[in-house]
Amino acid sequence: MTQEEPAFKIKTGNVSVLQLHLLSTDLTRFKKELVVRLAQTPDFFASRPIVLELSGITGSDCCPDFAELVRFMQGHGMCAAGVIGGSVLQREDAIQAGLGIFPEAIIRVAKVEAALAEAVEIREVEKIAVPALTQPKPTLVIDKPVRTGQRIYAEGASLVVLAIVNAGAELIADGDIHVYAPMRGKAIAGARGNEAARIFVNSMEAELLSIAGCFKVFEEGIPENVRSKPARVHLDGSRLLIEPLLY
Amino acid sequence: MAKVIVVTSGKGGVGKTTTSASFSSGLAMRGNKTVVIDFDVGLRNLDLIMGCERRVVYDIINVINGDVSLKQALIKDKNCDNLYILPASQTRDKDALNIEGVERILDELKESFDFIVCDSPAGIESGAFMAMYFADEALIVTNPEVSSVRDSDRILGILAAKSKRAVEGLEPVKEHLLVTRYAPKRVNNGAMLSVDDIQEILRIPLLGVIPESESVLQASNSGTPAIHMEKSDVAEAYRDVVGRFMGEDLPMRFINEKTGFFKRLLGGN
Repeated sequence: MTQEEPAFKIKTGNVSVLQLHLLSTDLTRFKKELVVRLAQTPDFFASRPIVLELSGITGSDCCPDFAELVRFMQGHGMCAAGVIGGSVLQREDAIQAGLGIFPEAIIRVAKVEAALAEAVEIREVEKIAVPALTQPKPTLVIDKPVRTGQRIYAEGASLVVLAIVNAGAELIADGDIHVYAPMRGKAIAGARGNEAARIFVNSMEAELLSIAGCFKVFEEGIPENVRSKPARVHLDGSRLLIEPLLY
Repeated sequence: MAKVIVVTSGKGGVGKTTTSASFSSGLAMRGNKTVVIDFDVGLRNLDLIMGCERRVVYDIINVINGDVSLKQALIKDKNCDNLYILPASQTRDKDALNIEGVERILDELKESFDFIVCDSPAGIESGAFMAMYFADEALIVTNPEVSSVRDSDRILGILAAKSKRAVEGLEPVKEHLLVTRYAPKRVNNGAMLSVDDIQEILRIPLLGVIPESESVLQASNSGTPAIHMEKSDVAEAYRDVVGRFMGEDLPMRFINEKTGFFKRLLGGN
């Protein structure tokens, strides 16, 4: 007799979701500003689940009307999936409105560490919970030359290249980019908008550098202080800063 | 086990066919049974360089289509006993090549030859792809100028990603750099890239440097591979290339400007 396939499986998975940081409990203001923001990029959300981040209003005694908020967001193509952070009261209200509660990853890790010191039995259990919550996607490591016309994309991860990146080659990462060899091509870090992403190169000879969509080309050549030298690149507001890597 | 070697570059006019002719001749002169295939369907040139254009009756497309046997299409070289030429078709275009047909021909050639040299057309389209797909080793022909180096870089990227060895996860295609039309004098006055400059970008082992020389033109026009030209630097350089390919440790020549003394010593060109 053949065994029947199960109708479903339960697994943990890491997915990246958009977080909407609530900075005010004033719903009228929120609605007004959201409508303005959505007018710029109407299809941006397109039914993607959104987590409401409440740490900005944790201190407030006031609770936003979550039911009304969810309804309003749905009306604009946004699908609120749950809340993260916030006060106990706010979280209870969110459950009432049918929203899920996302555990706060950082707090959980701290708890796990405390538990690790105390009990061996608990460690086994908690250990399983930690990777599912906090383990980032593994860094993509390339150890062969990246040549003209080649494009490497580290989706949802950082990218490390251990060989030369030639002119006309493209490195793209949602996280950071490290190149431990001459970097002569294009480097696009924080491709999905991570403004904290950085680029580190052993020898700065790039054609184009970009972090979170803010980019720089070098028509006049690369600045003398970093040209063919170790350098790091980060975003300062909307300015891309290229600095020599001193050690 | 027979080896398939592609001679490729990306850019046109850098010396692929000249190299294919001399390199395959050099392998054959050392007693290896060698066949050189012209993959430049529609713009066939190899037969001219080899001086066998009047003996071309059938070509690679006839073999692929099953019109004739491989044996009927192979032309024996006039200079070397161990060398055969499989010419390209002049009247067809590159779409007439197909991967199954090329594989069938190569498999059949592997049974009786030691080396199969594939002369790739320029570009990165189907003809170049067919020539490189089954390669075990690759001769990357590069001129000392930036556009040629960049095109070679592109070809190396394609070899590393799309060749049969790459697709099937086998040991990668062994890459060799061959710098042609090298003029040390023009390198010294900054008009050309140096061998070091080229290697700094491409980062593959250097197999040899062929100096710029009038004798290449003479060789092509007379239908004799340059390696057969008496008292020529180019012939010497190609013999060195073949020697190194066969595993000999030979010093790099023709990368420095000639002085009067050396010129006399080496007999000039």
